[in-house]
Amino acid sequence: MGAVMGTFSSLQTKQRRPSKDKIEDELEMTMVCHRPEGLEQLEAQTNFTKRELQVLYRGFKNECPSGVVNEDTFKQIYAQFFPHGALPCLEGSPCVEFLPSPPLPFCLVDASTYAHYLFNAFDTTQTGSVKFEDFVTALSILLRGTVHEKLRWTFNLYDINKDGYINKEEMMDIVKAIYDMMGKYTYPVLKEDTPRQHVDVFFQKMDKNKDGIVTLDEFLESCQEDDNIMRSLQLFQNVM
Amino acid sequence: MAAGLATWLPFARAAAVGWLPLAQQPLPPAPGVKASRGDEVLVVNVSGRRFETWKNTLDRYPDTLLGSSEKEFFYDADSGEYFFDRDPDMFRHVLNFYRTGRLHCPRQECIQAFDEELAFYGLVPELVGDCCLEEYRDRKKENAERLAEDEEAEQTGDGPALPAGSSLRQRLWRAFENPHTSTAALVFYYVTGFFIAVSVIANVVETIPCRGSARRSSREQPCGERFPQAFFCMDTACVLIFTGEYLLRLFAAPSRCRFLRSVMSLIDVVAILPYYIGLLVPKNDDVSGAFVTLRVFRVFRIFKFSRHSQGLRILGYTLKSCASELGFLLFSLTMAIIIFATVMFYAEKGTNKTNFTSIPAAFWYTIVTMTTLGYGDMVPSTIAGKIFGSICSLSGVLVIALPVPVIVSNFSRIYHQNQRADKRRAQQKVRLARIRLAKSGTTNAFLQYKQNGGLEDSGSGEEQALCVRNHSAFEQQHHHLLHCLEKTTCHEFTDELTFSEALGAVSLGGRTSRSTSVSSQPTGPGSLLSSCCPRRAKRRAIRLANSTASVSRGSMQELDMLAGLHRSPAPQSRSSLNAKPHDSLDLNCDSRDFVAAIISIPTPPANTPDESQPSSRGGGGRASSTLRNSSLGTPCLFPETVKISSL
Repeated sequence: MGAVMGTFSSLQTKQRRPSKDKIEDELEMTMVCHRPEGLEQLEAQTNFTKRELQVLYRGFKNECPSGVVNEDTFKQIYAQFFPHGALPCLEGSPCVEFLPSPPLPFCLVDASTYAHYLFNAFDTTQTGSVKFEDFVTALSILLRGTVHEKLRWTFNLYDINKDGYINKEEMMDIVKAIYDMMGKYTYPVLKEDTPRQHVDVFFQKMDKNKDGIVTLDEFLESCQEDDNIMRSLQLFQNVM
Repeated sequence: MAAGLATWLPFARAAAVGWLPLAQQPLPPAPGVKASRGDEVLVVNVSGRRFETWKNTLDRYPDTLLGSSEKEFFYDADSGEYFFDRDPDMFRHVLNFYRTGRLHCPRQECIQAFDEELAFYGLVPELVGDCCLEEYRDRKKENAERLAEDEEAEQTGDGPALPAGSSLRQRLWRAFENPHTSTAALVFYYVTGFFIAVSVIANVVETIPCRGSARRSSREQPCGERFPQAFFCMDTACVLIFTGEYLLRLFAAPSRCRFLRSVMSLIDVVAILPYYIGLLVPKNDDVSGAFVTLRVFRVFRIFKFSRHSQGLRILGYTLKSCASELGFLLFSLTMAIIIFATVMFYAEKGTNKTNFTSIPAAFWYTIVTMTTLGYGDMVPSTIAGKIFGSICSLSGVLVIALPVPVIVSNFSRIYHQNQRADKRRAQQKVRLARIRLAKSGTTNAFLQYKQNGGLEDSGSGEEQALCVRNHSAFEQQHHHLLHCLEKTTCHEFTDELTFSEALGAVSLGGRTSRSTSVSSQPTGPGSLLSSCCPRRAKRRAIRLANSTASVSRGSMQELDMLAGLHRSPAPQSRSSLNAKPHDSLDLNCDSRDFVAAIISIPTPPANTPDESQPSSRGGGGRASSTLRNSSLGTPCLFPETVKISSL
């Protein structure tokens, strides 16, 4: 009996060791800090004033003391804004206070796909982590940029594989990701082919030469023709 | 909203640009933006220690004191900072919550003080971070248990807590639960204990073989069969007493259902039932076997001792609370027994004339070996059997030794808790006595003051000044207030000794209905009805002939409220101690005499009233209604009447 228990315990210790190593590795990673470029440089590169940059950086540093955001954290942060798109709350995330209703079981919701695409759009250098400069640059474009810049950024977002063209599959992915953020409980009830219909409408509008691909020029042209889009672009001027 | 979300919201909103080309409907307009002045640094001064933080940090949690406009109440325009007269060490934790989003619990501070700070700053205790949550909950639970114990002890204590009009039932129940309250209860307690012992001893002695007087060497009979009558009489007597006790308890119990379900009453029932069943069952051979087994249950009478012994109760409670550990012990033992029994059976199968005839037969060997008893009635003879037998005994020691420390530590914890509770109860009496002494000190101060003639209106100026100089302004005004009360009610403050003497001398008037609202202590200064104000009595008699009941009741309420202040949950301040002398006074006035229609103050106090009357701060609010006497149309005794709201 004692021998049996002894073998059990030895088996367990063997299992535990790899995970302990992983924890140590993670600790090492978080020790690595990244410092952004100087305030003047950032001010020159972006459309923010010094004060605004200070406020932004203080918030950023508070949330991510290491100076970088990795994809998981990014997904977690973004998911908190969408109650029905909530991921299961991890340790330390204060999402409980924010969520107005108890989060749905996560098999029904998924904000992570869209967050993934967003992350790729932010991470312009494709390093797998978003630094403060990336963050501020993107915000500068989105909030203070010209119409042209904003539309180009959006095109970049939709172009998942970054090949310069948007095809129907990429658009389908994006649209599905957006609808996933709505969650299961919507009014009117979400039908199976709603995303597909949405994509068809989009392509009808955007694809001028009907070749099944939207290029940047087609995209820009079509958006500029649409009054709704133009008006909406002004909405986010005063977010900061 | 959490700190993180506030920071990331602009980014999330900006990212919404990505939805624009897809939007089939026009997006809603953005909410109006206040002119953002940019971030500014606020200074929060907590008892002299300055904390500085960004305004944005505090705005993260708008439903707390610091995050909402409530902090403007604490803004000091002269110094441009927010001043809080609270503990600066605790404030550190509160401010860190705003900064990091996690509320940590200080380890060396009293948990109650921490709770109070949280309540002040509008933070819910649930915000305590996960790292400190366990400890916070444990300490809070411990505290609550201790306070509950104290309250319980007070309630079930042996103070004169019974209202005068308690019924027989309540008195009986109290006598049962606290035997040391009255001598009759104590006698009953010991008598039942004696009879339990007698009954148990009789059961035991019954089975001893007696040497008969006549030398009957054929068979030795147990005593029970030699003297059946004697034992039967003793048994009957015991059962009668137990039955009587049980029925009395049932009658006296405040909640009969709960009493019926309690463990002690079940034990009582089990102890006395076999006797009655034995009486009812006729003595024939078929049933007498069952009847004999029933007698076994008489041994349960020994459990009745647990009412008499606290240690036994603790043991029972420990076993109950360690149920899971005991269950584990039992389960692991069962597993081990089955394994080893099987192994031994198959190991010993080959030998002839072996004791290990079946696996269940081997159970006995396994149990005896694992508990290291080793009777020796079953012994393995093969080598394999001996090897496994030794493994069995070694592992038995281990398996039994594992859960035992848990049970022991539980027992020790509960036992010490009980010891502490007893010690605290004993100390409580001393504490209360000391507090009473302190309180009587203040009354004595007042009495002293009176004796010194400090309240003489017509005293000469210098004398008064001399006496008065020794007392602070607060004390003067307080004494003045007490004096006014005396004049109003025509009763005087006195000390306990005089009071109890007087109480013994004079019988109380029948005004108990009015006294109930004041306090639960037996009051009713009957002797103080003594003609302290004979002249005034006559004058007041005229007035009172016209007084309406409502006015008198109103004044009762006034003075009751003053008296009732001591029971409000005010902080332990001097005011609550000082309030005590008020309620030792009882408005046990005969309607002929001394009902106050006005509470009048000859000279209004010079200082600000709120400083001088701290007793008004206790719960219950101010006694704000005015007493009118004008409707009575009778001449007022005193020139000025002042609204009592100044108190």
